[in-house]
Amino acid sequence: MGLLSKKDRKLILDPLADDNPITIQVLGICSALAITAQLKPSIVMAISVIFVLGIGNVVISLMRNIIPSKIRIIVQLIVVATLVIIVDQVLKAFAYELSKELSVFIGLIITNCIIMGRFEAFALGNGPWRSFLDGVGNALGYGVILIIVGFFRELLGSGTLFGFKVLGDPITKTGLYAIGYENNGFMVLPPMALIVVGIIIWVQRSRNKALIEEN
Amino acid sequence: MEHIELFFKSIFVDNMVFAYFLGMCSYLAVSKKVSTAVGLGAAVIFVLTVTVPLNWFLDQYILQPGALAWLDGNTKTPELSAYADYDLSFLSFILFIATIATMVQLVEIIVEKFSPSLYNSLGIFLPLIAVNCAILGGSLFMQSREIETALLALNYGFSSGIGWFLAIVAIAAIREKIRYSNVPAPLRGLGITFIITGLMAIGFMSFGGMLTGGDEDTSLEGKNSEIGFDPSEVKENLDEASVQVVEASEITQE
Repeated sequence: MGLLSKKDRKLILDPLADDNPITIQVLGICSALAITAQLKPSIVMAISVIFVLGIGNVVISLMRNIIPSKIRIIVQLIVVATLVIIVDQVLKAFAYELSKELSVFIGLIITNCIIMGRFEAFALGNGPWRSFLDGVGNALGYGVILIIVGFFRELLGSGTLFGFKVLGDPITKTGLYAIGYENNGFMVLPPMALIVVGIIIWVQRSRNKALIEEN
Repeated sequence: MEHIELFFKSIFVDNMVFAYFLGMCSYLAVSKKVSTAVGLGAAVIFVLTVTVPLNWFLDQYILQPGALAWLDGNTKTPELSAYADYDLSFLSFILFIATIATMVQLVEIIVEKFSPSLYNSLGIFLPLIAVNCAILGGSLFMQSREIETALLALNYGFSSGIGWFLAIVAIAAIREKIRYSNVPAPLRGLGITFIITGLMAIGFMSFGGMLTGGDEDTSLEGKNSEIGFDPSEVKENLDEASVQVVEASEITQE
């Protein structure tokens, strides 16, 4: 990390844990939960958000002195929408099945609050390089939570990771299933995403007491 | 009948918050008090009712493949039109969000002019709504479900708004009460809200069986196959699980 000064490193590392966009800032939950039933869509979603937020932050940062503040929301929305269209078209071209699976949730990156939040809070007041780091850092923090949730939901819900049967075959009774283990079908249902995130918050806050809320 | 079915389906079965997690950011941020939750909920109903039909027209007459046929008057034989081959659907994100942002701005100006009292109660929430995923989500679902008429689109927008309203008012009421409960310190605030929402979502899943009686089954499946996360998929998973259980018991019997 010789390239990055200490301040820059903070920009990337802070959002990963103590300033995590999902568990601390409560941003970008909308699209985070619906697509985490399996690991693969979670990772694709994380990469898409890293791309959109990294590039978007740079673009907004470059334009920050010429955007009139009254119409900045619309300008920001147009920038994000353009980047999301690129992501959507690339996915449709190279991973059609996956893009069907993600359905409207790729489009909903546009209204992902993390993106607008970072544009407003950081890119409008900082230079392009730092904005890029901030964007990538926050998107990584978002991606980490997505991947953790996706990992547990796929492992406990279907006993697979990336579609590979890591716990053995439930029908022919190999691996863990031989000793009576059963998949928890509940984990693949949407509400469990909320509960898994709730538990992540619980673990994180009991490890770091400073984050506990008053009420 | 179609309208009644869509109405209840969008409120309970396909609830924006509990089935698709749309609009969670403002749902979590503005649900500390019932009164503010009611304000935001009303604003969401209003904006969804306006933008979904509007985007329906955009989708129908500009974006869909062949939608531009009206340009040279070949409405009766659209396939002969010079514009029949144009497919602008890749532009839908940008057009939808532009419509929403403009409408929100417009609504804000109109409400401020004609009803200052309504503006005072809704006003602060209106700008927030442009970036509420539920609004864009409503338009995108409208497109992917291929809703047939403008009236149905209007109905869809209105009823999904009501679903969102119900959800935020319910969680706000629970959060007002839970202040007096002894929640473990690390879960206080955000954590417990997530878990309660999860439990409420499990409760709302029981509405899934409400509209799947008799011959409607086939049409529902047809519609839902477009969307990745739907009750029928959940049902399949459950079916799979029960099949496995049955198989397991058969094996043990053998």
